Amino acid sequence: MAPRRSTIFLGTAAGLVLGLGGMILHTRAQERASQQALARNAALVKRLQVTDLCLCTEAGYTRHPSMTDFATPFQDAPMSLEHFPTGAVIQPPPHVVARHGKHD
Amino acid sequence: MANMIERHRHILDFTLAALLRRKGKNGGLVLVYTLIIFVLASVLFFTEAIKREATLVLHESPEIIVQRTQAGRYQTIPASWCEEIGRINGVTSVQPRLWGYHYDRTRRANYTFMVPAQAPPQPGHVDLGSGVARVLGADIGDTIAFAGHDGVPRAYTVGTLLESESQLLTADVVLISERDYRDFSGIPAGQATDLVLQVRNPREYATVVEKITGMHHDARPILRSEIQRTYDAVFGWRSGLMIVIYSGAALAFLILSWDKATGLSAEERTEIGILKAVGWDTSDILLMKFWEGAVISLTAFLAGTIFAYIHVFFTSSALFAPVLKGWSTLYPSFRLMPVLDLRQGAALFFLTVVPYTVTTIVPSWRAATIDPDRVMR
Repeated sequence: MAPRRSTIFLGTAAGLVLGLGGMILHTRAQERASQQALARNAALVKRLQVTDLCLCTEAGYTRHPSMTDFATPFQDAPMSLEHFPTGAVIQPPPHVVARHGKHD
Repeated sequence: MANMIERHRHILDFTLAALLRRKGKNGGLVLVYTLIIFVLASVLFFTEAIKREATLVLHESPEIIVQRTQAGRYQTIPASWCEEIGRINGVTSVQPRLWGYHYDRTRRANYTFMVPAQAPPQPGHVDLGSGVARVLGADIGDTIAFAGHDGVPRAYTVGTLLESESQLLTADVVLISERDYRDFSGIPAGQATDLVLQVRNPREYATVVEKITGMHHDARPILRSEIQRTYDAVFGWRSGLMIVIYSGAALAFLILSWDKATGLSAEERTEIGILKAVGWDTSDILLMKFWEGAVISLTAFLAGTIFAYIHVFFTSSALFAPVLKGWSTLYPSFRLMPVLDLRQGAALFFLTVVPYTVTTIVPSWRAATIDPDRVMR
């Protein structure tokens, strides 16, 4: 006899909920496994005096967003617009915005 | 209790049979709904993981960095500032920092050259980040050349390759000695890219910064806390990209819900009329519609969330990678440490599953309370 539709659905839903549970277990295991690598990376940050994550490498102001300023994306020429695609993703952080123009 | 469960199961059986009668429409609905949840959850997982990683590793970044600007542009900073700034009460050390960018025209890649504060490479040697090594095809002991500020190539021997587990920090980094970097970049002795300060008491940061800007109006100090907050702001929900993604998904979800809330199809109305005519109560019909909404939205939520987790943490956010790569040819290949923020997961659930289920029930309640004869006509 074929199983009831509700049995199939509830079984599928239970499987998906188990999948969510698996995600939580995987996260916990990865957290434990990554502790040493994170400590090594933090030590590297101290040794090299790193200030930013290497997410985008196409432009200096998206490679080091914390070190950049408002003018850099538009500095190619007067009235030029910034043209790197990652400029749309990595926006200037609050301290750059707040201090713009104060130290020119 | 057993009766109630059996009643629910019968109604669920009937609901699933009704949904399967319109396989194409409902299948498409679940697919689009899953896709919306997938996009939203992927963004959520990715941004939380990046922010967490930044917080965990950048807490060792320099306490205060002092840059110099002129006419709105960065300038090198005189190393003589070290002595003046070092005299400020509370400042325990001031070190000049040398770093900069180099564009490799042949490979169309940008490198970040750095002179490390501790254990720099020997003159004539460089240490390479794994991304640079990959682009150059270089290994330990190989000789590589970069064109200097005067266009003349300089040859260096590769000393070591930085660990690939640090790609998120050093993929594009070339470590070089101070002597070689000054020769390569043309930055004269007595000048530095910026200054790195250590301060005895973190509560004195603001006072130190004030004194530095009082001494040199063209100085631009950046605090460690600001560096750490950078990634919270860049990947916060208010940042431009997130708003574009969230509003796109929200709009798609609104269309889905609007379609449901504005009314039922003639076929669905007739179905409700027939059910009422054969003796179903309004509460039975509402229960059926609740299950219909729950089946679709719960399946989409669970599947979308699991796919998003696999996408971000098992495929290194393959769909987001082109956005971060832009036009660059050098990019890190990193696995983020998974982060599950239950509050945000719950928010995603209540903002998607609950409204959809409610919008399924409301128009059905309106149809179910009308006379069956009128509904069927």
